[in-house]
Amino acid sequence: MFMTKTVLKNLLTKYATRLYPFQKIEPFKDAKGELKIEMEKCILCGVCKMRCPSQCISVDKKEKFWQVDPFACVYCGICVEACPVKCLYQESLYRPPADSKTMVFHVQEAKPE
Amino acid sequence: MARTVLPFGPQHPVLPEPLHLTLTVDDEIVKEAIPKLGYVHRGLEKLAEIRDHTQMIQIVERVCGICSFLHALCYCQGIEALMKAEVPPRAKYLRVVWAELHRIHSHLLWLGLFADAFGFESLFMQFWRIRERIMDVQEATAGNRVIISTNVVGGVKKDIDKEMEKWILETLVKVEKEVNQLKTTILDDYTVKQRTVGIGVISKEKAYELGAAGPTLRASGIAQDMRQTGYAAYPELDFTPVVETDGDSYARTVCRFNEILQAIDLVRQAFAKMPEGELAFKPKGLPSGEVVSRVEQPRGEVLYYIKANGKKFLDRLRIRTPTFANIPPLLEMLPGCDLADVPILILTIDPCISCTER
Repeated sequence: MFMTKTVLKNLLTKYATRLYPFQKIEPFKDAKGELKIEMEKCILCGVCKMRCPSQCISVDKKEKFWQVDPFACVYCGICVEACPVKCLYQESLYRPPADSKTMVFHVQEAKPE
Repeated sequence: MARTVLPFGPQHPVLPEPLHLTLTVDDEIVKEAIPKLGYVHRGLEKLAEIRDHTQMIQIVERVCGICSFLHALCYCQGIEALMKAEVPPRAKYLRVVWAELHRIHSHLLWLGLFADAFGFESLFMQFWRIRERIMDVQEATAGNRVIISTNVVGGVKKDIDKEMEKWILETLVKVEKEVNQLKTTILDDYTVKQRTVGIGVISKEKAYELGAAGPTLRASGIAQDMRQTGYAAYPELDFTPVVETDGDSYARTVCRFNEILQAIDLVRQAFAKMPEGELAFKPKGLPSGEVVSRVEQPRGEVLYYIKANGKKFLDRLRIRTPTFANIPPLLEMLPGCDLADVPILILTIDPCISCTER
């Protein structure tokens, strides 16, 4: 009979789970999500590429591009910490699911002198 | 009736872990069990040859999804010993906090899985509901839910401020209350006791002889806990290993349950004694020499052997995980048990096969 209390309590209290698509949790302040870059700040040094444990970043100084494979990224944030000019940052949410694999590709425009 | 050979696993409804056992059964009684491993080998030790020693932190964290912080802690302590780096006191305490949070969430996960193994689904959901609070703490403090990645060689890279500390302590009060509410259900229930008491008994001598580790060893009456060796801030904290003497499945459950409460207490002690100061010491140069580093994980003792030669890449990295040590005791438990108890017995050693195979 010691369960009666629990049963009554469960009947009278709210759900233990959230009704997900309608009620979303606010992400934590420092949550590590999708990797983004501010291309105009980037100096194409390639430190992020060297530090990345899953080798998902490629940088080319000549072609002036920065590329990340979001499906290989493990959201560790090592590149964000290593970046000397702080042009990388992480959003607080993960990338939404996708039906095909794509690369995120950025080309740096020539800076006006 | 003649003996029958039954393949058990690697895909089994109860176990998410790919462990294969070739069971020889006589009617319903298991007579012999031969394990077969190697389904999830990833060659992580070999990666030490092509990733430098700081990148290896992120790799060893991925040896195990549940005790990732403790793998990184063990590895970092090894490299710190080689580079003669002195870890700042605040970093030591923060390491204890995260390590114990990992212990709490691992044991809650195990208690849930164990309840699920004997068909008690609502208890499984209750334990996992409590575990979610700890996962939230990990995400709020470190940014990620499971692989929190806060260890660096020489210390930690994230701090916990006063406001966050207060919130963590409030969460732990809730967790403690909710865990204690489930105590009667998991430990005093008639049905649960029928499935656990006296099943899979392993004696003190046998557990020691076969090299059991962690709760499997402590439930047989041996008070051996790697935290007693005094790494991180454990020498300054007050704790005694949780010991049970029966050596059966029930004793192992009680042992893990009490370790949750002990871990909550250790987090509180760590916060109470935590000094102010720096977070990390930046060591110069490259590691050289060889070292054995040991840490107590939720599942038992993990051992890292690191050999470095003063170059960027390590010569050799050898990881021995607690499940590897706990497989011989499991094979000792299995002969003589009912076929229906096999999943329960495998779960009582808290297996992590992907850890074992690295």
